[in-house]
Amino acid sequence: MTALIGILVFPGVFFLSLFGLVCEFVDRKLHARLQHRVGPPWFQPLADFIKLVSKETIIPEEADRTMFRLMPALAVAAAAAAALYIPMWSAKALFSFSGDVIVVIYLLTIPTLTFFLGGWSSTSLYAMIGSVRCLTQLFAYEVPLFMGVLAPFMLASTWNFSELAEFYRAHPGYMIFNVIGFAVSLVALMGKLEKVPFDIPEAETEIVAGSFTEYSGRYLALFRMAVDIEMVVGASLLAAVFLPFGLGLPAGVAFALYVIKVLFVVVLLSILRTLFARLRIDQMVDFCWKYLAPASLVQLLINLAVKGALLS
Amino acid sequence: MSKVTIPIGPQHPALKEPARFCLTLNGEKIYEIDLRLGYNHRGIEKACEERTYIQAMYLVERVCGICSHSHSTAFIQAVEEIAGLQLPRRGLYIRTLIAELERIHSHLLWLGVAGHEVGFDTLLMYAWRDRELVMDILADLTGNRVNYGINTIGGVRRDVTPRQIERVTKAMDTFEERTKYYVQVATEESTLIARLSNVGKLCYDDAMRLGAIGPTARACGLERDARKADPYGLYGELDFKVITDKHSDVYGRAVVRLLELMESYRIIRQLCKGMPEGPIAVKAPRKIPAGEALSRYEAPRGEDVHYVRGNGTDKPERVKIRAPTLANLQAVAKMLEDNYLADTTIVIAAIDPCFSCTDRAVLLKKSRRRNEEPVLWNSLRDYGIAWHRKQGLDFGDMNRRFGRMMERSSR
Repeated sequence: MTALIGILVFPGVFFLSLFGLVCEFVDRKLHARLQHRVGPPWFQPLADFIKLVSKETIIPEEADRTMFRLMPALAVAAAAAAALYIPMWSAKALFSFSGDVIVVIYLLTIPTLTFFLGGWSSTSLYAMIGSVRCLTQLFAYEVPLFMGVLAPFMLASTWNFSELAEFYRAHPGYMIFNVIGFAVSLVALMGKLEKVPFDIPEAETEIVAGSFTEYSGRYLALFRMAVDIEMVVGASLLAAVFLPFGLGLPAGVAFALYVIKVLFVVVLLSILRTLFARLRIDQMVDFCWKYLAPASLVQLLINLAVKGALLS
Repeated sequence: MSKVTIPIGPQHPALKEPARFCLTLNGEKIYEIDLRLGYNHRGIEKACEERTYIQAMYLVERVCGICSHSHSTAFIQAVEEIAGLQLPRRGLYIRTLIAELERIHSHLLWLGVAGHEVGFDTLLMYAWRDRELVMDILADLTGNRVNYGINTIGGVRRDVTPRQIERVTKAMDTFEERTKYYVQVATEESTLIARLSNVGKLCYDDAMRLGAIGPTARACGLERDARKADPYGLYGELDFKVITDKHSDVYGRAVVRLLELMESYRIIRQLCKGMPEGPIAVKAPRKIPAGEALSRYEAPRGEDVHYVRGNGTDKPERVKIRAPTLANLQAVAKMLEDNYLADTTIVIAAIDPCFSCTDRAVLLKKSRRRNEEPVLWNSLRDYGIAWHRKQGLDFGDMNRRFGRMMERSSR
């Protein structure tokens, strides 16, 4: 019963959705203020969600109806499931086993795949091109993201979030060595969340809305919710891996600290997306393999060296 | 992926106006382009023949929402030439002032649109925020934000006060500072440069051969500017440079427009400083003598050409408008070849297209009959009324009442 509440309400789907909406608001408001705009009121993301849910759903005749309907739900489910293994405000996640970080990273890949499949099965040209770009982009940022996130784990000699937290509680100073990994993961996360300059799969001036072009009504609402949850989970992942401090504090304080950490990542994402123009898909792949992947390799090397020199 | 044909337009989020670019893609690269225009034809040339010169002037102003002053000036320059009118100096100064303010507003608008097309919305927001300044000035000087209606045959309709001149001069300082910032952004922001340079290449020879004009041509190193080549109005006396650039790509077009903004500020400073006293307009005759004239005008987008033929009545016999976009469209097809799909929109946007200006049928013919005869304005109108009646819409009553009202007022 506790587990069920944990999955559905807190810190499960319901909490994640709400927090996702809050993060979307912070992102949109800050983005707007940085652009000299007024920005939306605080309830705008929720209002958008309710509006979309209450709207008529149109499914293209040519589309594969089952896939078309299934994908949004799957996206939300996968993103929310990933959250269950990430420790948020205590050292222990809701569920935990040795090797859970691998599962989290792969669960976070599933939403991208659902974007691809959803777009592909809606048979619109724009959606298909968006879907192909989605996958192309996935291959570009996924490897740097994996290596960036796994580097701190390597330092702690574990594949488990809870043990990672224990390790950094014992040696807080070692967090500093993971700065490059943090930067790499942040940039790769922007690719995963399809934010400028990596919003190539949904480039509105070229291919309308990419994979989501044919989506409307509650399916679109679910997809957007999945993106929001993905943002929260991604930010939580970065917070858990790269900012693992303050986890032993009393529950209330630790929770507040967790919110601040996630919002800090969201703010960083939001500032970065204000600063750049959208890259082209070939430039994006170039950038990821020429700069991001080598940077994450450097991070691995640093961690190996640190491990050899200080921890042996 | 095999070859895919993807339609951009007639309705597409990247296009502000209807036009159709049918792209055949080979993966992400463009393989073939098919271009179609004519979705926005409004029959303005034909309509001008049914109206007096003054009415036609206001109609011509509505050819374009952005360069409205350009079209109306180009038109009345031709009319004034036929009528042999000598314009008062102050009128000319005000006309040129509005023209240059319009160039500022158009180029800033373009900068924002270009930013939006490459996904740099921050630039869009910044550029359009600053554009509001010039819009406010234009509203202050003329009373309107877009269709200024300040021109009249023989001069301008509104005088400017010293306070307004002071306001304009002061605004130029702000603009100069902001534009310098944009130049800095354009030359230093790496993602923006990555998206703009080597995109939509058009070499000097091609620009020459395809007859490119305006900033598009000047970015290929072609010194084409009607203000210098065939000085009209005051431009013969003003001190300004024709900006050219050697990049020949979208980046070059952006740089040319930004530097042209700086030239416009210089021109406006000179105008504000040297504004003479005196009348702003001369009285123009209602009936313009028979004759014809061709007027060239450097609109923000390129050279705008108007041809007017008068037959001694108060209505023009023929008006022909060649909007700048039409001259640049051939170049777009060339620029798009072998580019990425992602670059299509910015390449199209880089000529600052205005399709509603461009769409202009030379002759409408009835297609069903063997002996094709041109369709007249009145028969086109009758056809429209009959068509709507068939759809169940009848404005006959209203039309008759409107006709009576017009008759009464003209009596």
